[in-house]
Amino acid sequence: MKSLNSSDKRTLLFVIVISLLAPFLLNPFPTGSGMAQFNAGYPDLMQRFAYFGILAIGFNILFGLTGYLSFGHAAFLGVGSYATVWMFKLLSYNIVPGIILAVIMAGLFSLLIGFISLRRSGIYFSILTLAFAQMSFALAYSVLTPLTNGETGLQVYNDDPQILMGENAITSPHLFGLKMQDTFTLDLGPWAFQFNVGYYVCALFLILAFYLSVRIFRSPFGLMLRAIKTNQTRLNYTGINSRPYTLAAFVISGMYAGLAGGLMASMDPLAGAERMQWTASGEIVLMTILGGAGTLIGPVLGAGFIKYFENIFSKINETVLHGWFAWMPDGLEDAVVWVLHLFTGKGWHLTLGLLFMLIVIFLPGGLMEGADRITDWWKRKRGKDVSDTSKTPAE
Amino acid sequence: MDGILLQILNGLDKGSAYALIALGLTLIFGTLGVVNFAHGALFMVGAFCAVTLQKFLNFSKITIDPDKVDFLGNPAKVKTPYVVEWFGEAAGNGIINWSVPLAILFAIPVMLIIGYVMERGLIKHFYKRPHADQILVTFGLAIVIQELVKANFGANPIPTPAPDQFVGSFNVGALIGMDASYPYWRLVYFFFSITVIGAVFAFLRYTTFGMVVRAGMADRETVGLLGINIDRRFTIMFGAAAAVAGLAGVMYGPINSPNYHMGMDFLVLSFVVVVVGGMGSLPGAVLAGFMLGILESFASYSPIKNFFADYLFLPSIDQIIIYLVAIIVLLVRPRGLMGKAGVMEE
Repeated sequence: MKSLNSSDKRTLLFVIVISLLAPFLLNPFPTGSGMAQFNAGYPDLMQRFAYFGILAIGFNILFGLTGYLSFGHAAFLGVGSYATVWMFKLLSYNIVPGIILAVIMAGLFSLLIGFISLRRSGIYFSILTLAFAQMSFALAYSVLTPLTNGETGLQVYNDDPQILMGENAITSPHLFGLKMQDTFTLDLGPWAFQFNVGYYVCALFLILAFYLSVRIFRSPFGLMLRAIKTNQTRLNYTGINSRPYTLAAFVISGMYAGLAGGLMASMDPLAGAERMQWTASGEIVLMTILGGAGTLIGPVLGAGFIKYFENIFSKINETVLHGWFAWMPDGLEDAVVWVLHLFTGKGWHLTLGLLFMLIVIFLPGGLMEGADRITDWWKRKRGKDVSDTSKTPAE
Repeated sequence: MDGILLQILNGLDKGSAYALIALGLTLIFGTLGVVNFAHGALFMVGAFCAVTLQKFLNFSKITIDPDKVDFLGNPAKVKTPYVVEWFGEAAGNGIINWSVPLAILFAIPVMLIIGYVMERGLIKHFYKRPHADQILVTFGLAIVIQELVKANFGANPIPTPAPDQFVGSFNVGALIGMDASYPYWRLVYFFFSITVIGAVFAFLRYTTFGMVVRAGMADRETVGLLGINIDRRFTIMFGAAAAVAGLAGVMYGPINSPNYHMGMDFLVLSFVVVVVGGMGSLPGAVLAGFMLGILESFASYSPIKNFFADYLFLPSIDQIIIYLVAIIVLLVRPRGLMGKAGVMEE
C-alpha cells in the first residue's frame, strides 16, 4: 500500500470501514419502529450493494478512464453467473471454483467481444457492444438452451453429477463449510443487527476489487487510459498503439463483471437470461454516472444509491401513499397520490429513467460533482479563498 | 422454390420496418450528428397513436335496451360508439374498421410535434457535449417514454386489427406461377414503406428544402455562412424522421400487437442495420434493412434452420443471424455496405 498517497489511503480506509460495519450503519432504526422499513441492513440487500458495487467499479475502469461507453456489460455478468452455477452442478456447492471459473470465462468472453468492438470508438463502439449484448441475451435465452436452460434459468438439480459432493455435504453455496445463507443476529436493545456470511464474502471481494481499482487508477497503465480518454488521436500520433490498452481495460472490466456475476450466483444459485438484457446494461451505466464516472468511490456510492432506492420505492404502493397523505383534503390527496404512484411501486423504472436524464443534463459528474459543488459553495460562503476549484473527478 | 419465394415475402415486412427506422436514424445522424437511442420509442409511440385513435373511436354511449336481457336477467346495456351515432351505422362502423389507416393522419402531426419538441427542448443542448452524453440522455428519454406508455396502456399487447378488407391472405405466388399465400396487410405494409421511403428520397432530391438539407449534411458551416438558417431546417428534418418512425409504428400494429417494449426490440436491430448499411448513408440504411429482414426470414426457414441445428449445433439461428452478419461485415468492410469514406471510420 506504500505507493498510495494519503487521500487514496483515506478513501480505501473509508471503504473498508463502511463495508465491514455495514450491518450497523445500514440499520439505524430499531426493529418494529415505523422507520424500520427504511433500514437496509438485511443480508439480501447488503449482498446486492456489494456485488453491484464490484460491477460498477469494473465498469468505471473502462468508462471512467478510457471514455469508451459499453452498453453490453450485463452480458459478462450473465456469463459469470452461468459459469458459477455450472460449477455448482458439476463439482460441489463450494463457491471457490465457481468464482474462479466465472472470472476466467468473463475474461475470455470480453476478450472476444472487445477484440471486435474495439476496432471502433465513440458511438460505433456503444452500438456494437449493445448488439453483442443483445446477441448474448438471444444466445442465452434460446440458442444455447442446452447450456443455459433457456427461459427457465439454470439451476442445480438433484440428479446433477456434483462429483466432489461427499456423503453429508452442504446443499447450499458455501465457502469451505461456511454457508452463505448463515446469519448471526445480534440483539442490542431494540435493534437487531444481522451479520451474514454471504455478505462478508462479498464485502471482502468488494474491498479487494476497490483496492485493485485504486492501484489501476494510480498506475502508469491508468494514466495511459486517461490519455486515451483525453485525446486518442494525439496519442496515436505520438506513435503509441492504443488498442492493447483499451482491450486490457475492457477485459479487466469484463472480469470484474464476471466476478460480480459469480458472487450473485453464489448468493442465490440461479442464473437467468434476463440478467443479460440491455436494460440491465443500462442500469450499470446509470450506477456509474450517478455516482460519478472517473472517480474512485463514486460508482460504489451510485450502486448503493440505486439498489437502496429501488428497494424502498418498490415497497411504496398506493395504500402506503394514501396513508402518508391522509391529512390532505380528499381531492388533493387523490391527485397527489395519483401523481406519485406513477413513480413508486411498479413505476420505479420511470423514476430511474428520469433520474438518468436529470443526472446527464445537470450533473454529468454525478453525485461526486454535486458534493464538490456543495463544498465549494460552502467554502465561498464562509469567505475563504478558493481560487482553485479543480474538478478532478469529472476529468 | 415456393418456400424461397415465401421467405423473401416474409422478410419484406420486417425488413420494411427495419428500413424505415434505420432511415430515420440515419437522417438524424446525418443532419444533427446525434445517435438517437429514443428512436425505437418513437416507433412505439407511433403504434400507440393507432391504439389511442382506436380507443377514441370506440368511446361509446351506453344505453339500456329494455327489450334485451343479459345473462343475469338484468336489462342489457348496449354500447353505441359516438361515431356510429353521429355518422350513421354504415359510415361510423366503416371509420372504426379503418382506424389503423386513419391513424396515419393522426400520427403525422403528433409525431412531428413530438420530434420538434424533443429536438428543441432536449437534444439541442447536447450538440456540444460528448457523444456518450448524447447516447445516455436519449437512452434515458427512451426509458421515460416507454414507462409512461406502460403506465397509461398497461404492459399487455393491445390488438389493433387491420380493416376487414385486408384480413386474410391471398396467393401472391399464383401471379408468377408459384404457390405462396401471403397476408394482405403485410403486402400493404411493404408498399406503404416503399412509398414513405420514396417520398423521403424525393423530398430530399427534388425540393429546394431538400437540397439545402443535403448541402447542410455535406458542409453545415458553409451553408450557414450563406445566410441560410440551417438549424431550423435540421429541426424540421428531426421532426420528419420522428414522423417516419411513427408511421412505421402505426402500420405495424396489425402485424404485431403494440406493446410498450416493441420499440426497444426494434431499436437494437435497427442500429445493426445502420452499421451494416454504413453510418450516414441513406440508401445504405434502406438496402441493409431489407437485406437483413430477408436474411432473418431465411434463417428461420426450416430446412436452413435444421441444417444449422443438426450440423453446426446452433438451434434457432434466426435469433442471432443479424448480429453474426453485422460482425462479419464489420470485420471485412468496416465502413459498411455503402458508407462513405471518412464518415465515422474511427
